[in-house]
Amino acid sequence: MLEAYPHNRLARIVLWGFAALVMAFLMLPTLVVVPLSFSASNLLEFPPHAYSLRWYENFFGSATWMAALRTSLILGTLTALIAVPFALLGCISMNRLGGKTAAAIQSVLLTPSITPGILLAIGLFFVLAAQRLVGTLFGVLVGHVVLAVPVACIVLLPALARFDWNQVQAARSLGANWARAIGGIIVPQLQISLLSATLMAFLTSLDESVISIFVASGRNSTMPKLMFVSLRDQIDPTIAAISTLWTAIVVVVVLIVAFRQKS
Amino acid sequence: MKSLPITIDGVSKAYGTYVALDDVSLDIQAGEFLTLLGPSGSGKTTLLMALAGFVRPDSGKLLLGDRDITRLAPNKRDIGIVFQNYALFPHMNVLANVAYPLALRKTPRAEARQRALATLARVKLDGLAERNVAALSGGQRQRVALARAIVFEPRVMLMDEPLSALDKNLRETMQYEIRRLHDDLGITTIYVTHDQREALIMSDRIAVMNSGRIQQIDTPQRIYDRPSTRFVAEFMGEANIVAPGSVRRIDGAEASRETLMIRAESFHLDTKLVGGDGVALEGILRAKAFRGENWLLTLALDGGQEVLVCIPAALAGGCAELAAGQRMTAYAPAAKVHAIPGATA
Repeated sequence: MLEAYPHNRLARIVLWGFAALVMAFLMLPTLVVVPLSFSASNLLEFPPHAYSLRWYENFFGSATWMAALRTSLILGTLTALIAVPFALLGCISMNRLGGKTAAAIQSVLLTPSITPGILLAIGLFFVLAAQRLVGTLFGVLVGHVVLAVPVACIVLLPALARFDWNQVQAARSLGANWARAIGGIIVPQLQISLLSATLMAFLTSLDESVISIFVASGRNSTMPKLMFVSLRDQIDPTIAAISTLWTAIVVVVVLIVAFRQKS
Repeated sequence: MKSLPITIDGVSKAYGTYVALDDVSLDIQAGEFLTLLGPSGSGKTTLLMALAGFVRPDSGKLLLGDRDITRLAPNKRDIGIVFQNYALFPHMNVLANVAYPLALRKTPRAEARQRALATLARVKLDGLAERNVAALSGGQRQRVALARAIVFEPRVMLMDEPLSALDKNLRETMQYEIRRLHDDLGITTIYVTHDQREALIMSDRIAVMNSGRIQQIDTPQRIYDRPSTRFVAEFMGEANIVAPGSVRRIDGAEASRETLMIRAESFHLDTKLVGGDGVALEGILRAKAFRGENWLLTLALDGGQEVLVCIPAALAGGCAELAAGQRMTAYAPAAKVHAIPGATA
């Protein structure tokens, strides 16, 4: 867009100004918690009168929060480890089958990303309840994998569409079965897309709150669930400290993805 | 290396209503170099992919030796394939590409390396083993693809328009090299191309395909001189399909009553160069063009049909003086006049 008006300074200034406004609108609500988290006060106040790290100490000193952090990290890792290989195989089959079969697979795999989260959570709750799996890590994991698969697919599908499938045929003709062709030819060349898909799947799980609220409980509460509950029950700046840390983690992951994709 | 014959027995394949292969049967002898020649969409690549195992025929059988491979997985067929775009693995260097089929067969590392290097030498790529695939020229990539397809000593080799991406000079060099490699290895080879010259130069036999059927299978010379259908005649070169009435015998005897095929370069302008059993075509010169090694004359016969007459520059003394609109006669020897039963001009 800027290249189209290389000499029009006014247009450039207006465009940059507008972009800055949009950025501010999107980011300020997120960033406002950062100073709050360093407040010395017991209340959420902005701007803070004095600064301290006490809410960070509070967070890292709390067994409940630490358990939730552990649960979230385990869930995120397992979700990525299950969803990405599943999505890769799904995308390969969609790419190879083509036509109506591929469209059918795609609609099944991608439906969770457009279904309202609350419906998915209620449905999952009843299914898990029938299996007596409500409140287990496994139950939440199922929900998170279902949500992470479409995310991973959206990253992997275009990468596979660009892939030179003659290479797979060549590998097959040279004696490779499907597993070896995928492991030796496709995976090494899709490293960057697979890393992106893994991080996105991890983030999907890390960020997910609705299913966690319905299905997770007790020891298996996730961070977002605990944040939601503590926000409802007691408001103190611990939540701001956690939000700040959480935002930092997400930003780091997204930056890794972005830079890996560039290089 | 023991090569095997291939039997293609009544193979059909349809995609919806589009018939890619229509009851194709073909026997290829052990060690033969056979070319599948045809325009795009003629089914030649589909047939090749069926042999490779990437297309499953709707009906019919494929035999390698006496083994039925119709439903065998591609990785169990032991067939070397050279793809049109080479399909080299960009994440491996040249040596790793060539050693890949050996690694899959659990060949010890040292032996695999030595065999891959020997095969690279065979395709004249010595010294490039550690090179990155992306750093190679088109011709070099072609040679790597070739080396990778023969290093594991397959008993059959399939080549899908392997030279179509190369420029003309390199293509001609590679035609001779591929043929020589075939002769050295004695490996049964099926070669797909749409270039009739390439097919004529390289093949023991040519199978001309059109709309999913084999039109004719024969030696290059017979395919060129004795085409069995109008399609084959016209696909192989500048062919004139002439109605029986437009032709008279030079000695006055009764001419053939069948539709005739006469190649443009079979004509002479001097009746002395053609025997009495040859034929004469009379008409008006419509156009003439100098093409370097020959002249191309367009002759309008009395029936209105246009005939292409190609006269080698060395024999075309009078061509420069011919003027459009002038009446003239072209002669062809009997040996070069071929009847195509059932065809119409």
